[in-house]
Amino acid sequence: MLTKLTGGIVYDPANGVNGKQQDIFIEDGRIIKKPSKDAKVDKEYKIKDKVVMAGAIDLHTHIGGGKGNIARMLMPENHRLDAVAHTDITRAGTGHAMPSTFTTGYRYAEMGYTAAFEPAVLPVNARQAHMEMADVPILDKGGYVMLGSDDYLLRMMTAKKDQQAINDYVAWTIRAAQGVGIKVVNAGGISAFKFNQRKLDLDEKNSHYDVSPREILKSLATAVKELGIKHPLHVHGSNLGIPGNIETTLNSIEGVEGLPMHLTHVQFHSYGTEGDFKFSSGAAQIAEAVNKNKNISLDVGQIMFGQTVTASGDNMRQYANHGFARPNKWVCMDIECDAGCGLLPFKYRDQNFVNALQWAIGLEIFLLVDDPWRIFLTTDHPNGAPFTSYPHLIRLLMDKSFRNDMLATLHPEAQKMTTLASIDREYSLEEIAILTRAGAAKITGLVNRGALGDGDWADITVYTENKDREKMFSKPDFVFKNGELVVKKGKIEKVTWGTTHVVRPDYDASVEKNLEKYFSRYMTMKMGNFKISDDELTEDGRGSITVHPTVGGKV
Amino acid sequence: MTEITEVPSPFCGIGTDDLIIQVDGNSLKVKENGCAVNTPAFEQTIQNTSPTIAGKEVSLDEAVGKAADLLRDSNQPVIGGCATDVNGMRALMALADRNGAVVDNMGFGGAKRNFLAMQDSGWMNTTLAEIKNRCDYLLVIGIDLEVFAPRFFERYLWNEASMFLPDTSDRKIVYLGKGPSGKASTSPNNKKAKVLECSNEDLPEVVAALRTLVKGNSLVIEQVGSIAIKDLQFIADQLKKASYGVITWAAGALDFPHAELTVQTVCEIVKDVNESGNRCSGFPLGGKEGDQTANQVCGWQTGYPARMRFSSSFPEYDPFLYDSQKMLDNGEADVLVWVQAFNSSAVPPQVAVPAIVIGRSGMQFDKEPDVFIPVGTPGIDHVGHAYRLDNVVAIRLKKLRESGLPSTSEVLTAIEQVL
Ligand SMILES: [Zn+2]
Repeated sequence: MLTKLTGGIVYDPANGVNGKQQDIFIEDGRIIKKPSKDAKVDKEYKIKDKVVMAGAIDLHTHIGGGKGNIARMLMPENHRLDAVAHTDITRAGTGHAMPSTFTTGYRYAEMGYTAAFEPAVLPVNARQAHMEMADVPILDKGGYVMLGSDDYLLRMMTAKKDQQAINDYVAWTIRAAQGVGIKVVNAGGISAFKFNQRKLDLDEKNSHYDVSPREILKSLATAVKELGIKHPLHVHGSNLGIPGNIETTLNSIEGVEGLPMHLTHVQFHSYGTEGDFKFSSGAAQIAEAVNKNKNISLDVGQIMFGQTVTASGDNMRQYANHGFARPNKWVCMDIECDAGCGLLPFKYRDQNFVNALQWAIGLEIFLLVDDPWRIFLTTDHPNGAPFTSYPHLIRLLMDKSFRNDMLATLHPEAQKMTTLASIDREYSLEEIAILTRAGAAKITGLVNRGALGDGDWADITVYTENKDREKMFSKPDFVFKNGELVVKKGKIEKVTWGTTHVVRPDYDASVEKNLEKYFSRYMTMKMGNFKISDDELTEDGRGSITVHPTVGGKV
Repeated sequence: MTEITEVPSPFCGIGTDDLIIQVDGNSLKVKENGCAVNTPAFEQTIQNTSPTIAGKEVSLDEAVGKAADLLRDSNQPVIGGCATDVNGMRALMALADRNGAVVDNMGFGGAKRNFLAMQDSGWMNTTLAEIKNRCDYLLVIGIDLEVFAPRFFERYLWNEASMFLPDTSDRKIVYLGKGPSGKASTSPNNKKAKVLECSNEDLPEVVAALRTLVKGNSLVIEQVGSIAIKDLQFIADQLKKASYGVITWAAGALDFPHAELTVQTVCEIVKDVNESGNRCSGFPLGGKEGDQTANQVCGWQTGYPARMRFSSSFPEYDPFLYDSQKMLDNGEADVLVWVQAFNSSAVPPQVAVPAIVIGRSGMQFDKEPDVFIPVGTPGIDHVGHAYRLDNVVAIRLKKLRESGLPSTSEVLTAIEQVL
């Protein structure tokens, strides 16, 4: 079956195409070169002057895993406001802040997204993360496996095991949990909270283990690099949300000594202590550091005003912030000598000084970081806002006068504390395509995704050009997933099932000797039962696994 | 004859996965690490394998067709039991969505007390491995723990080695309410658990008094229920001194009106201890026979725990209105689908409306249901996933034998397809 998209204006930064009118041909799910004259086109879509991009990729969104499901069940009142009926082809579900799995997949696809990555997969909860993501239709998915507060690693580091041993453990874990990257959340802090430490600075030691967050970051960033895992160590920093945490973030950048590191939801880690309210923007300093240090990438974690729920592995910080829960109910958990989680419903208000400034800080970061290949568009769904606010966020980035009109409505003191009004930059369509497609595919190590070249998978989104970018990005004309039309005029046309992206770095098999003992002595399941087999992801007949190469490794 | 090791159990809820089971054709023998709950559940022999319509043997296709007919003609079907593995539950939800059914897990009457408390004010909880390695003080409220889970103490408290306790037998165990019926809670160095007994009915008052004391307030009375305030004060002091205190309760056992308020008080005590500067966690007991699995799958597919309905084409949750038993009693439902793949004694309630039973082989009925389809048991007859009581760990269930019995998922999917 040969499909042709005729006459679109293509933005394909992965192949250096910037707004060029060209036809796209699809065969067997992939994009192919222009076929010979006599090849018969089975289906043609005339999309003259419409904007064509690869399917969008969200590299940090909490769509699968235990804490998200607690967040769901914590907030029935939030779902009641956004009930979604089934149709002949789609399943019923609910939104809003933490939507059900089916609704998540449909709504992402209806915005032109074709892949999403769960950033906080606890190894012990990875099975659940994959099972939930298996019920997210259409999208490709994958997970970053969380390490850094797990007792096994902290014991290794206390015992001064060498880097090779740590590499083996990291590789073993990413394979056992079927992950595509490694994440660290408040390095060592989730463990420290279990020992009743209520805060942990970058150079503070865990009271039980002789290990500091800085050492954990260094050790894991080294492991990720040496194992050839393409996605840099994904770091949720220490001291989230604390005024003055800009220092911690800058020190963390310096602390990894040039190793690749991805700082996630940086907005929550970019706060100074200036001004009457002792809360100020650190965006300029962060942007300067990121512009200078090419090993650093980041996603923003933009906040939007309204009701959401914050869902995090960082139970130390979530506990500290529980007084801010709106409505006033919250859950914290210590989990299996592995990690933890915390869930707080939260309402960001535009007339609240701190919230208003958080909004401005996020946008300042977007606009002050120069290299679009190293910054990514996220709200840290659902922490800053539900993912459904992306089209609005895109408009804020692309439309200065709209941005300034919004700014003018916020808490007046917050307006005084931001340079946003003086920033002229407006994102171009090409830059949006980098942030949400080409760059995101590159930094997660995906092969043949996020691009529209010969041989790439035909994940394609077609929009009608519109000066109102929010309207434009809310409702694509067509979305193709692996060459199949899944969305038409912003509505689901066909339900398909995406693949799970993983990486499989090599490790020395002898690593299992100690692990097996550890599991039998201290854990509550056998090591053999901990490892997730390929069958578990594929036996339902819908799921599949795509293994991506490591640097220097074989697939 | 083969021997299968590291077999996980979906029956006890505490995720024991060290069973050694001998398989001889269709017969299973637990060779090691069995218990009063798991051994009979694994060893139960296969009896009925043929589906029936009104007690008469029929083919699977006929049974599926008849079930679909009944559902097609129904205005308000209810699906009760909901005791199966993750894939079974997925198929159940798909059928319910398509058919506009009520979904009501059989354990929800108990679980409701936890959900009401959690959805009102939240909680701070922990999981089994944290208990195994950290817990130095365990307060058991209103439940005979060793009857609930026979191997709980052996596996998670009297374990030989722990990462953070010098000697696990120094852990302190205290019972409030119901006392222990056996000796499992006695430590390996022969220290008996402290027991402050009171009736279930007194628990709301006793727990409220304990919270007052934990918050550092005093009470003028000297006794609450049958318990002296000074004894409660002692517990309050110890909770606040423990390095990692854990309070456990079983919502299902708190069988008195508005027990959700007692659960909530317990959860608030945990928060109070944390506020006062020490760590403390709650640990709800439950999750047998797929209860947790039902809530988890229903949770991610609809946003709600497993007492909800699809009658209006979208999910609606109400822990009171969609009680399947009440709906059947009030004549609000006209077909019952009963799904119970783990326990053949958990038969459906006697109902006047047509009943479709998807049950573990061996199920016997006083009155034959309109349709009965015997299914395999997850973790015995087919692979699958089941949640442990602590809600974080999903265990991978093994297939132990080739019985030919279909899975819950296969049967429910077949019904949905002919609807
Ligand atoms: Zn996040």
